[in-house]
Amino acid sequence: MNINATLILQSIAMMIFVWFCMKFIWPPILKAMDERRARIADGLAASDRAEQELEAAREAAGEQIRQARGQAGEIIEQANQRQSQILDQAREEAQSEKSRQVAAAESEISQAANQAREELRAEIARLAVLGAERILEKEIDAETHRQMLDKLIAEI
Amino acid sequence: MASANEKITAGEYIRHHLQNLTYGRHPDGSWGFAHGAEEAQAMGFWAFHVDTIFWALLLGGAFFLIFGRVARQAEAGVPTRFQASVEAIVEFVDTSVRESFHGTSRFIAPLALTLFVWIFFMNFMDLIPVDWLPWVAVKAGVEYQKVVPTTDVNATMGMAITVFVLILFYSIRIKGVGGFIQELTGQPFQSNSLIGKILFFLPNLLLELVALLAKPISLGLRLFGNLYAGELIFILIALVFTAGSGLVATGLSSVFGEHIPAWFWVVATASVFLTLWLNMQGRLTTRRTLWLLLAEMLLVGGLAFLGGQLMHFMWAAFHLLVITLQAFIFMMLTIVYLSMAHEHH
Repeated sequence: MNINATLILQSIAMMIFVWFCMKFIWPPILKAMDERRARIADGLAASDRAEQELEAAREAAGEQIRQARGQAGEIIEQANQRQSQILDQAREEAQSEKSRQVAAAESEISQAANQAREELRAEIARLAVLGAERILEKEIDAETHRQMLDKLIAEI
Repeated sequence: MASANEKITAGEYIRHHLQNLTYGRHPDGSWGFAHGAEEAQAMGFWAFHVDTIFWALLLGGAFFLIFGRVARQAEAGVPTRFQASVEAIVEFVDTSVRESFHGTSRFIAPLALTLFVWIFFMNFMDLIPVDWLPWVAVKAGVEYQKVVPTTDVNATMGMAITVFVLILFYSIRIKGVGGFIQELTGQPFQSNSLIGKILFFLPNLLLELVALLAKPISLGLRLFGNLYAGELIFILIALVFTAGSGLVATGLSSVFGEHIPAWFWVVATASVFLTLWLNMQGRLTTRRTLWLLLAEMLLVGGLAFLGGQLMHFMWAAFHLLVITLQAFIFMMLTIVYLSMAHEHH
């Protein structure tokens, strides 16, 4: 363990290694690290920006959806109103049509009944005359007995 | 372990481990390697610790290769794991420098990085089992081999002196020669009168010179002392191994005769590796692995050997902390000293 010239050589070796490091090792590594730091910072900023943009887009989309929902509600409301209108109208029309048809049918019926009644009456008169002829075995002068016959028919 | 078979004493073993491979001029005028501490001593100042220089350069080269590779491939994109780990170290050093050094210099940060990583690498050699590399060196015909450069006071003081020169250089560059002299003589005793200044000149210079010189000396000796002590304890632990294997060697001798055959050690080592490998393959539970290892170590080296293993493990775990801390302290103090050299008082 004696002090000798190893001291000097170690000194020189150290200076050479330090010079190497200063020249070839430190600058490139630090440069790469700084560049990467800048890139990461850029990336983080970009991601922040993208997040903000996403938030804004989300808000805009929400706004649009709210609007669309409002419009849809209005349209449905209108459609409902229109539907009830149409229904009411149709109901009214159907009602009037029904009453009209019923009225027509009733008048037809009464007409037919009257007609039938007239015919029946005539037939009865004829039958009555026929019956009377059989009973009296002589012809009845229709004209003579008209009054009586009519009275009879009216009684039937 | 190898030394156990050669039957050398504990003192010789320790001395062998603490002796550098010294190349220099013998007193008789011929150049060559010193055989033993006395010859190395006789060579005087103009001798070189070849092992210290070799390992220091090798580890500095390793630093340059590893960090240089990253520096060449460095780009701002997604880093590989390797690049990220190297950058973590660079970042750590950079932060330390920024926190302590209040000035602008392109030089301080690379200096700090080099010192930190280089000293860490040199310290790390301490964790390689103390017998391995010297044993290889002896087999290769090299008598001494001390593989931890920072346990050589020449290496640590060499670096400390470089730092000292830098302190002087920056002090003079920033403050000028006059300012530097003013700093050395104008404090701690201060006076406004000329007589007072002349009176305080010598005491001030004396005190400031001691403070100035204490910087490189404490810097170099702190690192050296810590690592030397750590190394010594590793050697002592290795001696416990030796004692253990000595005990067992007696037992084994009754089986194998005078010489324990080499295949016994090979089989023992192979069985340990096989056990560990089986565990890694998942074919052996960790509990069983531990019991097997215990049994194997007991079989090979006995209780003392086992104790040595455990001591070695614990000291190595603790030492891992020490070597990192010492590298960090050397780096931080260098930064602080140079920062002080940059500041006006």
